[in-house]
Amino acid sequence: MIGLAAFIGVNLAWLGWVERKGAGHFQRRIGPKEVGPYGLLQPLADGLKLMSKQLIIPANADRALYMAAPIVAMVPAVLSFVLIPFGENLVPREFNFGLLMVFAFASMGGLSILIGGWGSGNKYSLIAGTRAVSQNVAYEIPMLITAMTIVMITGSMDLNEIVRQQGGFFWKWNIFRLDKSILMPISFLVFFVCSLAETNRTPFDMGECEGELIAGYHTEYGGMGFGLFMMAEYANIVIGCSLTTILFLGGWQCPFGLFPGPHWFLIKTYFLFWCFVWIRWTFPRTTFWGLLNLSWKYLIPFSLVNLLLTALFIKVF
Amino acid sequence: MSGYFEYLVNGIKSLAIGLKITNKEFFTKPITEQYPHKAVKMTPRYRGHTELLMNKETGTHNCITCGMCEKGCPSNSITVKSEKRPGVKGKVLTAYILNFTTCSLCGQCVENCKPGALGFSNEYNLASTRREDFIFDLLKRLHPNGVPEPKVDPELLKKEQEKKESVKKSEA
Repeated sequence: MIGLAAFIGVNLAWLGWVERKGAGHFQRRIGPKEVGPYGLLQPLADGLKLMSKQLIIPANADRALYMAAPIVAMVPAVLSFVLIPFGENLVPREFNFGLLMVFAFASMGGLSILIGGWGSGNKYSLIAGTRAVSQNVAYEIPMLITAMTIVMITGSMDLNEIVRQQGGFFWKWNIFRLDKSILMPISFLVFFVCSLAETNRTPFDMGECEGELIAGYHTEYGGMGFGLFMMAEYANIVIGCSLTTILFLGGWQCPFGLFPGPHWFLIKTYFLFWCFVWIRWTFPRTTFWGLLNLSWKYLIPFSLVNLLLTALFIKVF
Repeated sequence: MSGYFEYLVNGIKSLAIGLKITNKEFFTKPITEQYPHKAVKMTPRYRGHTELLMNKETGTHNCITCGMCEKGCPSNSITVKSEKRPGVKGKVLTAYILNFTTCSLCGQCVENCKPGALGFSNEYNLASTRREDFIFDLLKRLHPNGVPEPKVDPELLKKEQEKKESVKKSEA
């Protein structure tokens, strides 16, 4: 349990550093470099600064909701880690309905954005909150349908069991299971795009929209209130990446059937995280219209077709 | 339905191109210059505060203290101080004071300067907490190790002395 807490803490702090360093190099800058070697102590300095700041509650804010929102954002994000199988025998809590549980926690994230946006008493925050909710609803559907496809293939909602069934070589991973459905790689893409949208990352960061809505739902938050939102965002990203790894890329399995273990899980997850960073610093934000169009016109039909195809393949073969 | 898949394929293609470009930029060397640690080379056309230009032939400035810069300055930032010295043709510049706190860098002084004694410097490290730091003596800036004495023309000196004496005599 302590190990898990340490893992979460280290990840949330230093993935922020990775992101900023990556952002710098994608734009031919250097990124943080002053605090410690290669700027590695920057997260500590940032944390110290955020914690030493005064908490100001705006006059129009709904006090209870305003205070609750960062906690509602942070707690489910951290709780999801309990269900992630890092290795075959390295699961904090093995649970039959792990997949369902992770999705339940994930949908709390949207709620926290709504609470934060509503409770701030700021029109920009409110717009961001409502946008984020309609976005999360739109993207949860294809995500759940795709997850359902995986459950149909593996016949289990236990995350560790799903990984165990993808053992052996990399063509046994769900992304390459063309014998179950020929649309599996597309299904992986759908899931990945949905996890981008679910974690409110660019190009789908409708909840933040620096250009139009100042900072969206956390405009009115300062100090550790903002810090918690930020950490929750990174926690959600790690959860999204590890879930994609577990469902499609064979979790802790080695691509060549040799020495499976937590290191493979971490390599795959961090690779996906790197893709998140890469995508963030490449694409501009979509319009709200484009965002919903993508979900309803492309992702949902494709995931539904894949669901039907999988059912057909399972029935026929 | 027409254009549905076309839109999708074209969209994915353009996204892939974007990713390729950022990936290329990621592996090229950063072009950041570490300014406070390393001095940045300023471009020659940068307009800093005005300065007296060095005339390499005479080893000093070209200023004839005509005061056109002072008159032309819209914000009265320039004070030219000069005096007459025995044996030297024209007046001698003793101080060229630029009050940079009011200067708007319009360049009127540079335009007005007939002998071409003024120009724009390349100085960009202009930050201080004290107002007095922005009142420059451009003459001292040009000659930090002491202003050289102007050349005395012995013939002119003789003439001047004779003139003085003649004036004295006529007064007497």
